[in-house]
Amino acid sequence: MFKDLFQKKKYAVVPSERTKRDIPEGLMNRCPKCGTIQFSKELEKNLKICSACGHHFRLNAWERIAMTLDEGRLFEIDENLISEDPLKFPGYAAKLEQQKASSGLKDAVVTGEGEIGGYPVVLGVMSFDFFSGSMGSVVGEKVTRAIEKATEKRVPLVFFSTSGGARMQESILSLMQMAKTSAALAKFQADGGLFISVFTDPTLGGVSASFASLGDYNLAEPGAIVGFAGRIVIEQTIRQKLPENFQTAEFNLKHGQLDKVVHRKEMKALLTKLLDMHSGKGEPADVQ
Amino acid sequence: MSSELPFERPLAELRKKIDELKHFGNEKEIDFTDEIGRLEERYKQLESEIYDNMSAAQIMHMARHHQRPTSLDYINLVFTDFIELHGDRVFADDLAIVGGLAKLNGVPVTIVGHQRGKDTKDNIQRFFGSPHPEGFRKALRFMQQANKFGRPIITFIDTKGAYPGNTAEERNQSEAIARNLLEMATFGVPIICVVIGEGGSGGALALGVGNRVLMLENAIYSAISPNGAASILWKDASKADEAAEAMKITAKDLLAFEIIEDIIPEPQGGAHRDKGMQAEAIKEALWRHLQELQQMTPDQLREDRYQKFRKVGRFGTAELE
Repeated sequence: MFKDLFQKKKYAVVPSERTKRDIPEGLMNRCPKCGTIQFSKELEKNLKICSACGHHFRLNAWERIAMTLDEGRLFEIDENLISEDPLKFPGYAAKLEQQKASSGLKDAVVTGEGEIGGYPVVLGVMSFDFFSGSMGSVVGEKVTRAIEKATEKRVPLVFFSTSGGARMQESILSLMQMAKTSAALAKFQADGGLFISVFTDPTLGGVSASFASLGDYNLAEPGAIVGFAGRIVIEQTIRQKLPENFQTAEFNLKHGQLDKVVHRKEMKALLTKLLDMHSGKGEPADVQ
Repeated sequence: MSSELPFERPLAELRKKIDELKHFGNEKEIDFTDEIGRLEERYKQLESEIYDNMSAAQIMHMARHHQRPTSLDYINLVFTDFIELHGDRVFADDLAIVGGLAKLNGVPVTIVGHQRGKDTKDNIQRFFGSPHPEGFRKALRFMQQANKFGRPIITFIDTKGAYPGNTAEERNQSEAIARNLLEMATFGVPIICVVIGEGGSGGALALGVGNRVLMLENAIYSAISPNGAASILWKDASKADEAAEAMKITAKDLLAFEIIEDIIPEPQGGAHRDKGMQAEAIKEALWRHLQELQQMTPDQLREDRYQKFRKVGRFGTAELE
């Protein structure tokens, strides 16, 4: 605890060159769902939602943080944790370097402290552009430390997940991260902690089958694919075509798996409302 | 009924040769004692050459052997007074999971295990040991009951993974697995898990959050089946043997990574060669670990389990710019 005083805390504002590098100015963008072509600038202004069909484009961690936290300000924690190659898995070390370079991230999750609508939270955001958001030792450790931070500070935990599943290059070590994160959540929740989990496109396998499904409130963005086994694996197993909307947020809502599907433009307001209702600060309304 | 695996074939051939020679000697009344003795020597030598240095892929094939004993075999051989219980109280009785009450050396325990089928018909009923959400919820119900009544929990892990199907997804496979991980972390009773065959992915881990996790010598445990890894990484499921080597799936590997606490030895040639002997070895290990865990209070058991999983992971730290 004393050590924390000396830990370097960086005021991380969304680095502008990062977003610029992803989508060079002036470039057009095609909606993967309806095919409509639109200006990248316009798309960004619209929170990366297609103006024609409402499709929610995938966001990287820093884009999400900018949209979610007050002034986009995050006190990042554990930013220096990096993956090793404990199994000496063929090709893993090189792939890690390549993923770091292409995404500008050190691993698939960014965690830290910030405020949403004035309410302090611990926030975790995964990024699909780093190794398909897969969970290895680093993701598991950072998620666990974020949960422990929220437990220690007695603030709510808000988590945006997106992941292809366990990182198989760390095989058993990544599998065990499912148990580690879930056990940390058990402590947090036993202590009365509030956990709001938001599924974004796509969240599958080891992440959806551990901490991400254990929210007090489980939300999802429209159209987000959320499930355990992927569509292709299932189609190969049951040898049947699956419905078009299989494993979409709307499908999962209908099957009782989600509390709510929340449009990106309404996400922050809803999070603020939920945080408010758990803040214990509610004031009695004026009685007419 | 050939039960030998490809790498065991030289042994089977030598055995056949010895038997033929014996038969021929008896028939023709010729004394081959010396010759047979030499071949038996050679057999022993070959046996240790083959079994003492099995590769990860060979161990994988051993773990999947069609005659390998299942959870129910061990339940009947290790315990007494087994009362099988059924159902998740909500949707169905998933036969990919078996469980109930039994006694281990007179001590009442709760048992939960994955159950593969013995033949095709049985396998279809049991979904080849791959549970649906109702299976995990059935397991959770038994474990919650154990926690309530202060009974130790013993689990047998033996699955390729959770069932990958539309019905499983519709009933929230992810949540069912996640819930077990969270709940198992909270129980104040000893939990001992034994990987007896294949420990595949989240479907295995959903019965795997124990104070002690043990593995049979030729069992495997991994985040994804080697076949699945090969088809994703190299777009070629037939490279499963290669993936098996790369993924570090054997009991020895997992002991080195401190994921498991103990390796339970198998009879030469695998558990299926001598079920009774295997059951004895499992019983001995379970009893030894259970006696140790029974010295702990419920809070100590929870904390012991928390720390066991909390420390798992290998990572480095980068210099901050």
